[in-house]
Amino acid sequence: MNVTKVLDAKGLACPMPIVKTKKAIGEIESGQVLEIHTTDKGAVKDLAAWTESTGHELLKHEDDNGVLKFWVKKG
Amino acid sequence: MAKAMTAKEVTKKVFNNEELFVLDVRNESDFNDWKIEGKNFEYLNVPYFDLLDGVEPILDKIPADKELLVVCAKEGSSVMVAEMLEEAGREVSYLTGGMKAWSEQLEPVKVGDLKDGGEMYQFVRIGKGCLSYMVISNGEAAIVDATRMTDVFTDFAAEKNAEIKHVFDTHLHADHISGGRKIAEKTGASYWLPPKDAEELTFEYNRLEDGNEVMIGSTKISIQAVYSPGHTIGSTSFVVDDQYLLSGDILFIDSIGRPDLAGKAGDWAGDLRETLYKRYKELSSELIVMPAHFMIIDELNEDGSVSEKLGTLFAKNHGLNIEDDGEFRKLVSENLPPQPNAYQEIRETNMGKISPDEEKQREMEIGPNRCAVR
Repeated sequence: MNVTKVLDAKGLACPMPIVKTKKAIGEIESGQVLEIHTTDKGAVKDLAAWTESTGHELLKHEDDNGVLKFWVKKG
Repeated sequence: MAKAMTAKEVTKKVFNNEELFVLDVRNESDFNDWKIEGKNFEYLNVPYFDLLDGVEPILDKIPADKELLVVCAKEGSSVMVAEMLEEAGREVSYLTGGMKAWSEQLEPVKVGDLKDGGEMYQFVRIGKGCLSYMVISNGEAAIVDATRMTDVFTDFAAEKNAEIKHVFDTHLHADHISGGRKIAEKTGASYWLPPKDAEELTFEYNRLEDGNEVMIGSTKISIQAVYSPGHTIGSTSFVVDDQYLLSGDILFIDSIGRPDLAGKAGDWAGDLRETLYKRYKELSSELIVMPAHFMIIDELNEDGSVSEKLGTLFAKNHGLNIEDDGEFRKLVSENLPPQPNAYQEIRETNMGKISPDEEKQREMEIGPNRCAVR
């Protein structure tokens, strides 16, 4: 996958992972991919719901030894 | 800075039927699954991530004349939204510790006196619908169905100058993590569980069997164990002081236990019927039923406690009034509500097979209890 930007939001509590994601996605172009790393478990549902309500696309997510990784394509 | 409101303060509002406008900023599915319930509470669910650009779009949906509380999972997002609302000129509080704290809030309520001058307390876990009990008599205490917030029980007993002698679980719980073993280890009390639910237990326990009588204090407070299978194969009820029937997850105020959480709905439907329609029928209808759960806020009495006369339940509880055997079997084995969150892991924790850390335990218990069928 061609990742344009990586956001490290590890160790941050809700709402910061999404606040930072929103800011980071504002800095890339439509169609580009943002990779997000977080340790906040609440992010799994919240990021999915947020991408849906904002018209971005959550391509996939995985749990890498406690670090949750997300790939979001800007809509 | 926005004001904080504690789970204890919100509990008081629930007990007193006060009005409150709850702005829940968790995602929609979490809100629909489980929320703060109050008879006179109103709700608006808008996820915090839809409010990052400002709260203006929802201002006209929040009445200005009602007390306003913002709620999220752990607190952080509700503080953010509360501060935005405050900047927009609204008076607002956020819930300290979020739904995590709400799930752990335990409120002791005195539910009755014992004949020898002792007292009976119910501990209402308002956010999750779990009920625990403490019987205090003559400087001694027994606890039934303790939750994992064990300090609340040990502090309360200390405040009452009572030594905890016995800790019981009516059955192996599947919806919440028992604090029984921990309290017993901390205080030197005996831990009791029905042997049929304890086959896979990895630690020592006392066998709680039909007809067991345990004295609390030097006077005649007997705790009588009544084998009452149905919710689990070992489920046991207690009669305390010939006055109170602690019914565990067999009989609730407005519903009855579900027999499927240990995987045997079909087999246990008959046991459940036998317990409810025969064994309980033989008990005095004057007994006050005190269950291990409530499901809906309407089951709370005016003082916040949850109890009702057995005779009244035989008249009013739908689950006790199904004449047809097939219909009963259908109710308790078909169209069951979703199972409690992580119920298998919770059972394994209660058996001592796994030992998740506190954060993981919190997460496993998130959500309502779902132990009943109506």
